[in-house]
Amino acid sequence: MSLLNGRALSLSRGQRPILKDVDMTLQPGEMLGLIGPNGAGKSTLLRILAGVIEPDAGELTLDGQGVESLPHQARARRIAYLPQLSEIAWPMSVERIIELGRTPHLEPWQSVGDEDREIIDRVTRQTDLLAFRDRAFNTLSGGEQARVLLARALVTEPDILLADEPVSALDPAHQLDVMNLLRQHCENGHSVIVVLHDLSLAAHYCHRLQLLHQGSTLAEGSAEAVLNEKNLADAYDIALTKTNGKVLKPTSLPWRRLHKDD
Amino acid sequence: MIAAVRQHRLMLSLGGAIVITALLSLTIGSQPLPLMQALQESFGEKAGVYSLILTELRIPRTLIALLAGASLGLCGAVMQSLLRNPLASPGLVGSASGAALGAVITLYFGFAGLFAYALPLGGMAGALLATLTVYLLAGRDGGTLTLILAGVAVNAFALALVSLLLNLAPSPYAVQEIALWMLGSLANVSRNELWILLPGTILGWLLIWRQGRPLDLLTLGEETASSMGADLPNLRRRLFLAVALAVGSAISVTGAIGFIGLVVPHLLRPLVGYQPSRLLIPSAMGGALLLMLADMGVRLLPVQGEIKVGVVTSLIGAPFFLWLILHHRGRDV
Repeated sequence: MSLLNGRALSLSRGQRPILKDVDMTLQPGEMLGLIGPNGAGKSTLLRILAGVIEPDAGELTLDGQGVESLPHQARARRIAYLPQLSEIAWPMSVERIIELGRTPHLEPWQSVGDEDREIIDRVTRQTDLLAFRDRAFNTLSGGEQARVLLARALVTEPDILLADEPVSALDPAHQLDVMNLLRQHCENGHSVIVVLHDLSLAAHYCHRLQLLHQGSTLAEGSAEAVLNEKNLADAYDIALTKTNGKVLKPTSLPWRRLHKDD
Repeated sequence: MIAAVRQHRLMLSLGGAIVITALLSLTIGSQPLPLMQALQESFGEKAGVYSLILTELRIPRTLIALLAGASLGLCGAVMQSLLRNPLASPGLVGSASGAALGAVITLYFGFAGLFAYALPLGGMAGALLATLTVYLLAGRDGGTLTLILAGVAVNAFALALVSLLLNLAPSPYAVQEIALWMLGSLANVSRNELWILLPGTILGWLLIWRQGRPLDLLTLGEETASSMGADLPNLRRRLFLAVALAVGSAISVTGAIGFIGLVVPHLLRPLVGYQPSRLLIPSAMGGALLLMLADMGVRLLPVQGEIKVGVVTSLIGAPFFLWLILHHRGRDV
């Protein structure tokens, strides 16, 4: 049985349809890449899956159960959402912001305990933020901020992590770090849905890709199957560059991370 | 952990300052009050003039300053956190201007003279009604900006109606009565006002109790907060009602007292690491302290009669507010 299952999800804003009958499914341990041009409906789909907005039609099930029947907090323990842009209202310290990620696991009267603290410490180390713990969020660079927000989502230890363009503000090395962290989350038995614009990153890291175009699924499957010439031309209006008459394999990545333990 | 120690130290200092200020506030006034003698009288066989001043005037006045100030500080912190805006004040959702309008209506039509509770009840009704209007206009699912704009519009309309009533007032005495009430004062409060203040205040505070967590989550943005389990529509409803009750009761009893709700959370925010949940109780304590100090100040000023405490808080608050805006502009750029 699939972990998360969306059927015929649709949403319109006024007269304009944003999502039209989109199906999606996610298996335990799977990393699903949502790709597609700007305005294809990727972020909207992710927000529906996160429970931030309600679809006009369609149904969404988690472990075969309707998601809307879950209490807010129970859902938040299982599904974490990392939006594309996040403006922090107050200049809180990095440590406090990461700590907030444990909130879904705490009762209203509980504060962060030893077990929570261990998870926070581990994730802070993994996201390379130990040196920034006491810094105010607003004094960090864009890339550092993105890592803090990812750490906040990771400490929730969600079954499903929904990440909307988590690498768009990052330099290549940190892009690979973030993708490795997401991959690691899957290797621990959890699942990830990630919106990506970088097709080679998507092809390299994701187990499966779903290509959205004008609010509908244009293709879905392995990177080889999805990233073919016809789909790319239809969705992105781009053509693959050929070398000696051969298309480069979409999974070949032009760079890899140095000096970083795997 | 160091933060927790710092938090405790802050609350202890504020608490200590509140106790000292409250005791001082009992002794200061047009009639200096020997506290020990007054206490002896109060617990003794025959009640004297000192015990009467203490139990009928000074204690109610001090407690009202404490409770109303605490409500203003607390609700200021709540509104700023809820709206994620450092310039939000407790009156933004209409509670203060609504209370003013309700109270002025009772004064204007002479209900205030009919029975003791008419004026504060009018104020409460006005506060609830104005807050409900803002909520219906923008609070249910509108964004923060819509909410602020709706609040500004409702406030402006309520104050316009107050001006209309002043304009149409039948006699100069009525005008004076309304105008003086609007200035905000604790000079003429007694035990009655304390009983009027208490229920709404307690109810409002209870509604805010344990809402710090979702306010913390709101720091990360509305969508993230709701994905992390915060029930935002419920939170908004609850906190709107809380502010209407607590601030509505305070304003109904004291008249308009400006800037405490705006300024106090600001002063304290850096001391609690900017975390909304940690700001709530210190803000309540800071508000209580500030209003008691201001009320003591007006009793000590060597002027004919008494300067209204609402005038003093605004006189100090407005320049601070200006500094705040300039400071923020500098930091954003």
